[in-house]
Amino acid sequence: MYSRAYKAAVALPPLFWVALFLLLPYSLLFAHSFWSVASGAIVRQWSLHNYAELAHNWMYAQVLFRSMKIAGAVTLLALLLGYPLAYYLSFCAGPQKQLLYQLVIVPLWVSYLVRGYAWKTILGSDGVLNGFLQYLGIVSTPVEFFLYSPFAVVLTLTHIYTPFTFLPLFASLEHIPRHLVEASQDLGASPRVTFWRVIFPLSLPGLLAGATFAFVLTLGDFLAPLLVGGPSGIMISNVVVSLFGAAYDWPLGAAISVCMLLLVVGILFAIERLEKRWSFH
Amino acid sequence: MELSLKHREARRNGAGWLAVYAASVFAFLYLPIVVLIVYSFNRDGVGGFPPQHLTIEWYRQLAGDQAIWDAVWNSLLVALAATVTALALGLPAALALDRVSFPGKALFRRLVLLPLILPGIITGLSLLMLAVFAGMKLSLWTVLLGHGIALLSVATTELFAGIQKMDRAQEEASLDLGAAYWRTFWRVTLPNLRLPLVAAALLIFTLSVDEIAVSFFLIGRDNTLPLEIWGRLRRGMTPEINAVSTIIFVFSVALILVSYRLRTRGAREPEGAADVLQATFQGDQP
Repeated sequence: MYSRAYKAAVALPPLFWVALFLLLPYSLLFAHSFWSVASGAIVRQWSLHNYAELAHNWMYAQVLFRSMKIAGAVTLLALLLGYPLAYYLSFCAGPQKQLLYQLVIVPLWVSYLVRGYAWKTILGSDGVLNGFLQYLGIVSTPVEFFLYSPFAVVLTLTHIYTPFTFLPLFASLEHIPRHLVEASQDLGASPRVTFWRVIFPLSLPGLLAGATFAFVLTLGDFLAPLLVGGPSGIMISNVVVSLFGAAYDWPLGAAISVCMLLLVVGILFAIERLEKRWSFH
Repeated sequence: MELSLKHREARRNGAGWLAVYAASVFAFLYLPIVVLIVYSFNRDGVGGFPPQHLTIEWYRQLAGDQAIWDAVWNSLLVALAATVTALALGLPAALALDRVSFPGKALFRRLVLLPLILPGIITGLSLLMLAVFAGMKLSLWTVLLGHGIALLSVATTELFAGIQKMDRAQEEASLDLGAAYWRTFWRVTLPNLRLPLVAAALLIFTLSVDEIAVSFFLIGRDNTLPLEIWGRLRRGMTPEINAVSTIIFVFSVALILVSYRLRTRGAREPEGAADVLQATFQGDQP
């Protein structure tokens, strides 16, 4: 139905744009990871030396492991907050459903930086929370460990990614045919059995999507650690940032980025596989 | 019978607890926003409790703060240009995904969506390498490039969803009746996609104004608003930042309301953003 010229006109500009500004930059990242740096200049000689350094120096694995722990904690908390919320909206909220849905979306649109900053003002040693605790007389001197800790990073990122996790959860709960739930109830299943045997399995695709999103985005975050994390909250992306800044070792930073990229793509690939198997639609 | 009564009661109890739980999740989501707004009116700075001495002094300081307004202006310029760029390329990309088959289409689809799911740092660094490789100086132009490519994913997904829902008979009729392709595009395709276009534009605009991870690596001398705020945070916190954040918040909420109205008028499913997420994970839709 469409002519060759039409097809070329719609396909070529985006293809060209994506090749130039997406494929080429990612390829450059990949190439840099095999190069090295000598006396302040990048040497375009191919070697696995950066990857050897990553495998050799225990520090990198440690920071990556910590990032994955933080990402895991954020994912778990976001699911624990997001799932019951999505369930409540989908099954119990009645006519208020749309309004409440919008209320979950609003924080999603509030600037990432603004929310990180808000937590900084709450958790600081002369922050709002400490002021509140002192006001109530619960503590007499400010509690220092709220801010600049992995805890602060987890809290901030949980706040940021809970609405993200909620969205696919809510969508998958909404897609569950209600007659399946009614059938389970009519046949005498308790609410608990209905939930675990009918609703929960059918919501797995949404759960998976939400969890992936929270995990992947947390894993690569470098702003929250800078904002509220302190030295003990450093994550893998912060190492990359410093390698690209003061430390000036782009190739090593690129090698870490490539590892992150492969990790993320690997996770997405695995999830896609799982989702195909679990999808009942 | 008795069993079912017991279940009904259990269900009612469960719903009660669930409502309490949901209310506390909402409290958690809104607490920082409320604190932020309240302390923008606090004379004695961003900490301490309770907030005392209401003042609009910080807003007054903000009004006279030229650096902030320059940054706001830069952000708006970049966001506007990024929106136009992303839509101008996202529309053909969505059309191509819908009706053209070409070698590497699956790769193209995944590649377009990648910046949406990859941590911003990877996209930002890659583009920084491209800029250095091509000998480009870092400036608002490089930031615009970053936003244009990163938000192309959003434009493509939103517009693809719009095209899928479009009534194809009109396009076919137009072509059958002998209208040229470009004429059909202007007179039929584009007007039919008006609502998804506006909705996508609002979404991209807001995301661009807020973007920081990609901009972080591509910024030159002139700051966008998030990076200006970021720079100030390193020097210390003042309620002036709360004040500007409050204004951003009000601005974002206004935009959501507009886009929500457009969406519901366009009879879209409520889970628009969820579609984007889902689409990212599933290869068989864009």
